[in-house]
Amino acid sequence: MNNLRRNVLKGAGAAGAVSVAVMAGLLKPGMALADWNKAGFESKDLNGAMSAIGAGSAAASGDISVKAPDIAENGAVVPVEITSNIAGTDSIAIVSEKNTMPLIADFKLMNGAQGFISTRIKMGSTSNVVAVVKAGGKVYKAHKEVKVTIGGCGG
Amino acid sequence: MAEPMKIRASMAGDTAEVKCLMNHPMETGLRKDAKTGALVPALHITNVTATVNGKTVLDAQWGGGVSKNPYLAFKVKGAKAGDKVMVSWVDNTGDKNSAEASIG
Repeated sequence: MNNLRRNVLKGAGAAGAVSVAVMAGLLKPGMALADWNKAGFESKDLNGAMSAIGAGSAAASGDISVKAPDIAENGAVVPVEITSNIAGTDSIAIVSEKNTMPLIADFKLMNGAQGFISTRIKMGSTSNVVAVVKAGGKVYKAHKEVKVTIGGCGG
Repeated sequence: MAEPMKIRASMAGDTAEVKCLMNHPMETGLRKDAKTGALVPALHITNVTATVNGKTVLDAQWGGGVSKNPYLAFKVKGAKAGDKVMVSWVDNTGDKNSAEASIG
């Protein structure tokens, strides 16, 4: 019960946009210490994932570059590099549009961390890789299409 | 699971680039076992944090869509050679690991 209460308080204070009810109802007790956007990560459609990270109405921006291969032979390991040249970039999220669970990762940046993330992701099939950038209370996005020869999401 | 992580940090101008390799199976919970056909339960990193001299610079949430044995690189402006960088992760079972390096 205490864990639950703490999450409610944390959720209300830190992420006003995320519904408090969702966080309180869906977080497992074991995850009580670390915040995890369960609704977003387990959402199986793109719109659900985007709105769970507050990116439902993100504006396309030319100041974000998404570097990824044009063709990925192995969908299990697709290198993705995102650079945001938007001043005051607060967070970068990576979304693969056609994955069973589209939301891949959400990075909050602070204390001098630059608008840059490089990692490797899994892609189930050919689709857009979307970068969602939050800066100064606004939400931006950019994408790049990656053609996947062999999907990497199991099955 | 607590196999060692690799971490390396180097300066380029006034910005430090930190590169990190973690050892983790990153099971999504959607994959079926090839022999039994049963779903392999989800086992993936959920949270990654990085600090420079104890100050948090990166606080990430991950789903199962990050590749197995994850690679992560990020850049921190204003860090100096000799500063201590620490990257740590927690997975959905509560398992955790961390690694530290000095910026070279």
